[in-house]
Amino acid sequence: MSIMGTRVVRTEDPQFLSRGATYTDDLIDERLTGALHLTLVRSPLAHARITAIDVEEARKAPGVAAVITGADIDLPAALLFPGADKNMVRSWLAADKVRFVGEPVVAVLTEEAYQGQDAADLVEIDYDPLPAVIDLRAAATDEVLLFEDAGTNTSNGMGLDDAFDENFFDGCDVVVTKEIVNQRVAAASLETRAASAVWGGDGRLTLWCSTQAAQGAKAEVAGWLGVEADLVHVITPDVGGGFGAKIGADPEFAVVAWLAKHTGRPVRWNETRSENMTGMVQGRAQLQTFTIGGTKDGKVLAYRLDVLQDAGAYPRLGAVLPMFTRMMAPGVYDIPKVESRARILVTNTTSIAAYRGAGRPEATAAIERAMDMFALEIGMDAAEVRRRNLIQPDQFPFTTKGGAPYDSGEYEKALDMVLEASGYTGLRAEQKRRREAGEVVQLGIGVSVFVEITGGGAFSEDASVQVHPDGTVTVLTGTSPHGQGHATAWAMLANEHLGIPIDKITVKHGDTDLIPRGSGTMGSRSLQTGGVAVYKAAGELVELAKQRAADLLEANVDDLEVVEGRVGVKGTDKGVTLAELAGKEELKVDSVFDSGAPTFPFGAHVAVVELDTESGKAVVDKIITVDDAGPVLNPLLCEGQRHGGIAQGISQALLEEVVYDEDGNPLTATFADYGFPSAAELPSFTLLDMATPTHLNPLGVKGIGEAGTIGATPAVQSAVVDAVSHLGVRHIDMPASPLRVWEAIEAARSEGGAPIDTARSTS
Amino acid sequence: MIPVGFDYERPDSVDGALALLAERGEDAKILAGGHSLLPVMKLRLAAPELVIDIGRIAELRYIRVDGDEVAIGAGTRHHDLEASAEIAAEVPLLGAVARTVGDPQVRHRGTIGGSLAHADPASDLPAAVLALGGTVVLRSPRGERSVPITDFYTGVFSTVMEPDELVVEIRVPRTGTAGWAYEKFTRRANDWAIVGVAVVDGRVGLVNMGQTPLRASATEAALAGGASIDEAAALAAEGTDPPADLAGTKAYRAHLARVLTKRALTTAQG
Ligand SMILES: Cc1cc2nc3c(=O)[nH]c(=O)nc-3n(C[C@H](O)[C@H](O)[C@H](O)COP(=O)(O)OP(=O)(O)OC[C@H]3O[C@@H](n4cnc5c(N)ncnc54)[C@H](O)[C@@H]3O)c2cc1C
Repeated sequence: MSIMGTRVVRTEDPQFLSRGATYTDDLIDERLTGALHLTLVRSPLAHARITAIDVEEARKAPGVAAVITGADIDLPAALLFPGADKNMVRSWLAADKVRFVGEPVVAVLTEEAYQGQDAADLVEIDYDPLPAVIDLRAAATDEVLLFEDAGTNTSNGMGLDDAFDENFFDGCDVVVTKEIVNQRVAAASLETRAASAVWGGDGRLTLWCSTQAAQGAKAEVAGWLGVEADLVHVITPDVGGGFGAKIGADPEFAVVAWLAKHTGRPVRWNETRSENMTGMVQGRAQLQTFTIGGTKDGKVLAYRLDVLQDAGAYPRLGAVLPMFTRMMAPGVYDIPKVESRARILVTNTTSIAAYRGAGRPEATAAIERAMDMFALEIGMDAAEVRRRNLIQPDQFPFTTKGGAPYDSGEYEKALDMVLEASGYTGLRAEQKRRREAGEVVQLGIGVSVFVEITGGGAFSEDASVQVHPDGTVTVLTGTSPHGQGHATAWAMLANEHLGIPIDKITVKHGDTDLIPRGSGTMGSRSLQTGGVAVYKAAGELVELAKQRAADLLEANVDDLEVVEGRVGVKGTDKGVTLAELAGKEELKVDSVFDSGAPTFPFGAHVAVVELDTESGKAVVDKIITVDDAGPVLNPLLCEGQRHGGIAQGISQALLEEVVYDEDGNPLTATFADYGFPSAAELPSFTLLDMATPTHLNPLGVKGIGEAGTIGATPAVQSAVVDAVSHLGVRHIDMPASPLRVWEAIEAARSEGGAPIDTARSTS
Repeated sequence: MIPVGFDYERPDSVDGALALLAERGEDAKILAGGHSLLPVMKLRLAAPELVIDIGRIAELRYIRVDGDEVAIGAGTRHHDLEASAEIAAEVPLLGAVARTVGDPQVRHRGTIGGSLAHADPASDLPAAVLALGGTVVLRSPRGERSVPITDFYTGVFSTVMEPDELVVEIRVPRTGTAGWAYEKFTRRANDWAIVGVAVVDGRVGLVNMGQTPLRASATEAALAGGASIDEAAALAAEGTDPPADLAGTKAYRAHLARVLTKRALTTAQG
């Protein structure tokens, strides 16, 4: 009996909840016996020349085995993102110049972890401060350069060579343009970064690290160290969250490995939360200018998006994300003309990389704000304007003017479902009543319709399935779960073909000697690539088993079937178990699944906020969502992904922002200052089910990991603006903090509160 | 997140603690609940040579009705206040304010003595004790003195306490059924107040509106002179000098003080 599509409880949880997980810093491994502990001295300045480093006192401190500066490390500085300006390289420890607060400068190795900070405090570094470049527009002037050799702060560009078309909006009745901020946020995974390294007598490096992609980390670290990839063995213990910030390796991992080689001893490193809040890559950080034009009856004719992307001090994955933003610019809408460009700039801040959604939420946020502002301008209901521009089901497969090949979608159906479930007409009536009564607490209703790309980075994934003579099964996967539940989900997929109960199936990942090929877990790719690979491998194993059983049972392959782990001749009691077959000859299949293209999940959200117009505080009262990622393998896991995504989405809209002052000092480097959400800030979520399959894989599945983040953010932001739009407010940047909302209301009042048509049509 | 090394003593009596303070007061820090001290030590913003842990001194943890006042031992935890029947009956404001401090973990560790002594103008309890018109009882080997809370604070993180003095008790008048309310404005449920307003019996205490907890004197005077709530609340920010930070500008805090005072006065009026 198939268990696909059922709420199988997570097989990984008994261990997590009772014995606890084993994170990199918890490892007890004899290879790490006698390890030195690394403490990094980090730059307190955003931009400065290093004029002197004195480590003599630190060397004499108790327990110190070595104090290393940039001058000691014989590795060339690395270009962390290949597409960036070739001069924008990062040294392993800064020697000449620091470019962000938190950049590592000196490495202190001590016998015990607690001795590290005492010794680090004795390191004396003289800095000659330079003006910091924090603002993107200031960066674009190139007045102060981060990398003098580059001669520019532009890391790379997309579409910058062609000028925008002057006549782009000809024929539009209404044109709205607006600059908006998609603010910088911290991934803030509960497990901070960690790595441990040891070199064996065979000249091989074993590196344990907290990552979302062991194989990628291996390739990067080998490249950075200048050693053959085969000499590096990466092992991923349990990982306590990543959200994109732990894709591949971090430069600190290479430092740990180099120090282990240099000292001839194992080295362990685990950062503090304060270090994490400046040292680990962050996300989003775009300044967007959109222009939208269309007719008075609501048809959008042209859309332009101009992006400034903050790369942080050293370009990393963030430098490529505007590619997705541009590709997804028109969202779910059939817009005849779309143009976009992006300039990626370095600033004296923490590097930007992927964060749940990575490039797509930024696109959605822009087009959804544009649709709202266009709707306000023509006096039409926000949901109705969207409806009039949606791509229709019979148009699929549909290639957008952004160049995205959408596989399947039923956007209007998703919109209708959330409108109906939210009681949209009634909400608008209640809103009207409160507006007319001039109540202090106003109602805001935000609608978003979204589409995103999943599995957009790597289309192919490896899997191997082996049945052992004792009847147990081992599944090897190239994906890299860090909370998603692959041990449960991949076992369900193998069970589908083998009929062996999932408690006999072990899923292994994240050991590069065991699993040399794999692309890890990111971009919501796992099920549609790695999961399908497991499903395919198990199916192939069944075929192989039938071939072997056919000889043994002297039967025709076509007469065989596999039921509950046994190959039987249909209609007879003749058969042989998979375990017995495995006892005769290894029963194992290695397989690869290549989808050849990404999939495009979609959905619609309605957010309802209660907004106190006196204090400016908005509280999300309801959020109703459709997140359609095709057929659902395990509703429990799928809902968990949606919940987490929606929480992070709401949080970006209302709470989270990494802030620097003008000198580049981070003002949000602790959890007291950074607006990390808790359950108390969130409503119960109303999740509606819809499943539109893709033709791109045999299970018809798409990715669900980021959907909530992408749909919820604009819906909530829109709801906040909507709650005060009758006062003349048109836009509030995220996070829509009470202070910002209050200031927006005050500004609208002092401008005379540009009255707008509150008698909106409802749909 | 590892503090500088320090010596540690855990006296089991107030006298023991005072003796240690007398000997090494300048270099020592009292540790009560630790929820303000330990974070600054871990960030190495404080590096006392000696930590004197008073967290287990039983004689500092009590709530007693004493004549017209309620006497509260300095070691009384925020949770003790929120759970106490005496507090609920005699000074309900204090229990309600304690309930808004941080999260349950914080409330089970943090103490009223620590909260008052730490002198963070963003703390909730000092403004409540100020609105109540309470007294802080200090003891040293030189003897005991009672300082009205109005005279206790001298600035951000600073009080009139001498290095050898310990807060042993907080005394507040029994307000019984007099109208009270606490309005704490935060972004997140567990946050510190952006602004807070404690009202009891016509007196108004302000959280995070200056260098120290403050009384909204102009509001109180207006109320005493028969002004309406709206009129009185409009004066709540007079004479204050609120901080400006990510959560709020000075103007926004002044506005919040007025809005919250109006709400608190309205609630207190019942
Ligand atoms: C996550 C978190 C959230 C918080 N949220 C809030 C909040 O919302 N509102 C709020 O008001 N507070 C909040 N706090 C602070 C909390 O209430 C503290 O516990 C309190 O401010 C200090 O009390 P303590 O007993 O922990 O003092 P400690 O940290 O032990 O000491 C604080 C200071 O007071 C001194 N001290 C302590 N006791 C005495 C004494 N008897 N005599 C003389 N000196 C003494 C210490 O030497 C030290 O300098 C929060 C704390 C945390 C960690």
